[in-house]
Amino acid sequence: MTAVGDSPNGAYGRVRRKEDARFVRGRGTFVDDIQLPGMLYGAVLRSPLAHARIVSVDTLAAEAHPKVAAVITGETLAGMGLAWMPTLSRDVQAVLATDKVRFQGQEVAFVVARDRYSARDALELIGVEYEPLPAVIDATRALGPGAPVIRDDIAGRTGNHIFDWEAGDRAATDAVFAAADVVVAQDMLYPRSHPAPLETCGVVADMDKVTGKLTIWCTSQAPHAHRTLYAMFLGLPEHKIRVVSPDIGGGFGSKVPVYPAYVCAIIGSQITGRPVKWVEDRSENLMSTTFARDYHMHGEIAATRDGTVQGLRVRVLADHGAFNGTAQPTKFPAGFFGVFTGSYDLRAAHCQVTGVYTNKAPGGVAYSCSFRVTEAVYLVERMMDLLAREIGADPAQLRLKNLLRPEQFPYRTPTGWEYDSGDYARTLRVALDAADYPALRREQAERRERGELMGIGVSFFTEAVGAGPRKHMDILGLGMADGADLRVHPTGKAVLGVSCQTQGQGHETTFAQIVAAELGLSPDDVEVVHGDTDRTPFGLGTYGSRSTPVSGAAAAVAARMVRERARIVAAAMLEASADDLEWANGRWQVRGDPEQGRTIAEIAMAAHSSLELPDGVQGHLDAAAVYDPPNLTYPYGAYICVVDVDPGTGAVTVRRFIAVDDCGVRINPMIVEGQIHRGLADGVGMALMQAIAFDTDGNCLGGSFMDYLLPTSMECPSWELRETVTPCPHHPIGAKGVGESATVGSPAAVVNAVMDALAPLGVRHADMPLTPANVWSAIQGNPLRTDLAIT
Amino acid sequence: MQVPAQVEYERATSVAHALALLTRYGPEARILAGGHSLIPMMKLRLAQPETLIDINGLSELSYVTVAEGTLRIGALTRHAQLLDSAVAGGHFAILHDAEKVIADPIVRNWGTIGGSLCQADPSEDLSAAFAALKATMVICHPGGTRTVPAREFFTGPYETVVAPAELLTEIRIPVRAGGGSAYEKVGRRVGDWPVGAAGAALWLAGDTVSDAGIGLTAVGAKHFAAAEAEEFLCGAPASEESFARAGEIAAEHCTPSSDQRGPAEYKQHLAKELTVRALRRALHRARAGDA
Amino acid sequence: MQITVSVNGDAYTQEVEPRLLLIHFLRDELRLTGSHWGCDTSNCGACVVWLDETPVKSCTVLAAMVDGHRVRTVEGLESGGRLDPVQEGFARCHGLQCGFCTPGMMLTARWLLDHNPDPSADEIREALSGQVCRCTGYENIVRSVLWAAKNDIAERPSGGDLDATAEADSGVRQ
Repeated sequence: MTAVGDSPNGAYGRVRRKEDARFVRGRGTFVDDIQLPGMLYGAVLRSPLAHARIVSVDTLAAEAHPKVAAVITGETLAGMGLAWMPTLSRDVQAVLATDKVRFQGQEVAFVVARDRYSARDALELIGVEYEPLPAVIDATRALGPGAPVIRDDIAGRTGNHIFDWEAGDRAATDAVFAAADVVVAQDMLYPRSHPAPLETCGVVADMDKVTGKLTIWCTSQAPHAHRTLYAMFLGLPEHKIRVVSPDIGGGFGSKVPVYPAYVCAIIGSQITGRPVKWVEDRSENLMSTTFARDYHMHGEIAATRDGTVQGLRVRVLADHGAFNGTAQPTKFPAGFFGVFTGSYDLRAAHCQVTGVYTNKAPGGVAYSCSFRVTEAVYLVERMMDLLAREIGADPAQLRLKNLLRPEQFPYRTPTGWEYDSGDYARTLRVALDAADYPALRREQAERRERGELMGIGVSFFTEAVGAGPRKHMDILGLGMADGADLRVHPTGKAVLGVSCQTQGQGHETTFAQIVAAELGLSPDDVEVVHGDTDRTPFGLGTYGSRSTPVSGAAAAVAARMVRERARIVAAAMLEASADDLEWANGRWQVRGDPEQGRTIAEIAMAAHSSLELPDGVQGHLDAAAVYDPPNLTYPYGAYICVVDVDPGTGAVTVRRFIAVDDCGVRINPMIVEGQIHRGLADGVGMALMQAIAFDTDGNCLGGSFMDYLLPTSMECPSWELRETVTPCPHHPIGAKGVGESATVGSPAAVVNAVMDALAPLGVRHADMPLTPANVWSAIQGNPLRTDLAIT
Repeated sequence: MQVPAQVEYERATSVAHALALLTRYGPEARILAGGHSLIPMMKLRLAQPETLIDINGLSELSYVTVAEGTLRIGALTRHAQLLDSAVAGGHFAILHDAEKVIADPIVRNWGTIGGSLCQADPSEDLSAAFAALKATMVICHPGGTRTVPAREFFTGPYETVVAPAELLTEIRIPVRAGGGSAYEKVGRRVGDWPVGAAGAALWLAGDTVSDAGIGLTAVGAKHFAAAEAEEFLCGAPASEESFARAGEIAAEHCTPSSDQRGPAEYKQHLAKELTVRALRRALHRARAGDA
Repeated sequence: MQITVSVNGDAYTQEVEPRLLLIHFLRDELRLTGSHWGCDTSNCGACVVWLDETPVKSCTVLAAMVDGHRVRTVEGLESGGRLDPVQEGFARCHGLQCGFCTPGMMLTARWLLDHNPDPSADEIREALSGQVCRCTGYENIVRSVLWAAKNDIAERPSGGDLDATAEADSGVRQ
């Protein structure tokens, strides 16, 4: 059956997802669904302390448990040279602790047992003696004199400083600030949070001793990268490693890294000769897998008295936890934070980011951050509102005044980024119209007279996604180009292999739509293969909204290569010259004689037949492409949030949320909207309830879903979406990617709304999460510090 | 997901049988009702009973009725049943107010009133609601039954007067006409334990408060009640001024602790603010002839 | 100990440890992996199944407790190879993305529609408030249940085969 599209591209449109057939029947295959004969279960013993020397580890009782097959400790791994592994940021991370534990929840030992209950029981039989050490918890004190040195495993280390990075022109920026009419400064924290996909991380490792093949089923957003990392780190031949990402229950960046327990499961399988499954529980997920954000920022904005923004200056203290494991392109230790200049025309800008170690879990780049763009956008959008407050301007008008204008594109920002396209003011106006902004302000004025606290928050964002050009972007030396291979079978059905990895984004459908659109097929006739390194081409995986910009482009390029090959075959079939053929109505047909045409299906059969082809033209109808994106893509959007705040309790209700997104050409608008809905929920969650704090001993205070709160259907309003479409000029199908846009743009909209509501009470700023206690405390003049325990 | 330690299991076929099993297995045995307080603790290995005595088959303990002028709630009644009960809500709206904000709809399907009360979490909503209503708990033991006022039922965090070989079987509240009641809770999110919550029940004589009950939870109120505020209110005019003063008195006698839900000062403020709001709504309902 | 339980209409008798959680019994012993788990503290609802006509969080129920009872999982939603309107609604209205929370959401939705055939969007949100979704922002889940309510009839519209891509209904506003 033919799909109905709502664009000239035929197969694009609100096509239902192929993957749903199995999911609505409960027939997905997630890692914990996998059962293999003889499979054993792993469990990790974790440190209860944030910072301590390991005096001894006694595993005798655990090994004696009748259902235990193996116990692995740091000492075991050290004997194999595997106690430490490289991180994605060229640091090292302990697989199992040897000398010290450096964060609460760090892996200390790994038990392999017959079933998951026995594995859990056996953990209690392992005796570890610790010598507690003072913990470094407050990032602002990590560089202070006398702070304990966390990474004494690195020779010559005397402190907790990791790196300094800067972007922009410091002198020019200082000059702009010195001459400015108005300067507004604000400290703000983007708290540590966690993506918390509903499915936790896990692995089934199966080392087949007979064939020498290691098969790993894993919750991995980047199966090929994992395979290469295992080959390099474990010294196993890469062609004997197969990584399979089956169905994944959400990733959001937290399933990019290789986690220590994956390595332990592999080694457990090697030792026992049987498959070993390890799936973490939720507290392990929240306490040890990659967190997100934790940026302590000091922002300053300079402007003229009438509200022309001139410059931005930012200092950031980045809390990286105990190991530097941030996952971003190598040359960008602070990710793409350089886009903190936002969507505005500035004369100058400068930022400095200082990374520090603390006694917390490693990570930082995760949770739809587009490599720190979430932090950058939050900063600039809060600063814009603070400036508006300072000069008495309306926040929407202030933005309209300063947004980049269409004629300024391509626009080179003061920190060296080239935004390629956009009509920003139009998008903001669509949002203001959809919200009926003037009516909202009138309503707010009326409510204020009655002492009611209603707030309206605006946020405008540009994000940089689709990493990225190989010459600028690599992760651990692997260039960020992705492959696609396409084969059209004799009967005209196609199979597309892609390197990206869906965790719910609908690639099985959208990538089929891309190929179908190029070849005049139905998406039903295109099978998308992904997630199995034995069956798909190499690529760096799905995160940073890069699937459509990179893999989608590769798929389109491969499909166009097939189409061009098909032209030659069609010419042979029609005994015409290839130059006389045109592509129309899903066929190659003779220009001026459309009756003379052939569909891809007909051409495919011919290409596999004995049809004589011109010299140099190979048979079959296949193509492979590796797409090296020429640039990043720059989706953007305008968001408006309306809140009501209860002055007696501080409770915040999100009444409305209007979102206008421009992600270029939309392959499947239904899927695009779903991606946006999720990011908006993220904004509500992070703005109002999500954060992981620590007490002074380093105890993690967000280690369960009772403490790390996620928004439910009750806290989320019915999202109101609109769109504008500005095609990306360099992408083969004009698409930009959208998976992280809403997470990037929404938190500032909610926070700006709450601060707008509290403005009559003199509240200027409070950090996320704006829980009732925090809002009430801010009203009293003492907003809470949200990274530490409340005392 | 975390999993419990090894445990033995028995199924009770009657209240007497349950008591006999409790006696046989001693203090390391625990009653298993809905399990929605106990099983999470067992999974985290914060509770490691040796034996579970499953009483889910004792349907005779699941009821909400009025008999002899008393609302009687069986201990095995599920939260969802209490929320759905027109009898309970018709007499005491506070019970519906409170149940609506306890946990979530799915947990309410299986967790029981008795289980929540015996868990005795210092933030338990029902503890405050029953304190406001000055309920009475009925406890069975091998020799018979005894009754304990709700305000003497809890002896500390996670501790009640129910002895190892005893079983809470019923909660009783005398039904009196002309009253109004309400519950007010602040949480960080739906389903969260309260940051602070207050329940109030009022009876009027004209424009004067003839009797008042105020329950508080999560704010360190003694016996989940605001006895001093109640004493002030009895005989006072049913007015905003009285309620404001009652709120202040209630807050004065709370000793909340700071935690990630909020600092102690905020919880103290909530004790006051929510007491006032609960009283206000209880008054409105009393005047309207609701409950 | 031995338990006998009827799951989706089929009787099973198995030896289990008293501590075995119902979710693990279903997934690991009976190989019904459609029900999932996602937390340690009974918050997320990925494990929701029916126990005697009532949705419960199966991570907080022991298998021992369901001896002699009936359990319904997502595998028991379709009947005779035909999808339940709830399943159809979720597929048509893009009420799922990664699919992990979906079985629990659909089972609660089915229960809701059995008791309240014409729920409002607010009632749907309240009924699902004990279950977390990380992918959809809940909007399309609500639309899916509204669609199922409208189409909750014995004869379903033709074209219920989900293996064919077809125009989605997700653009329908409430």
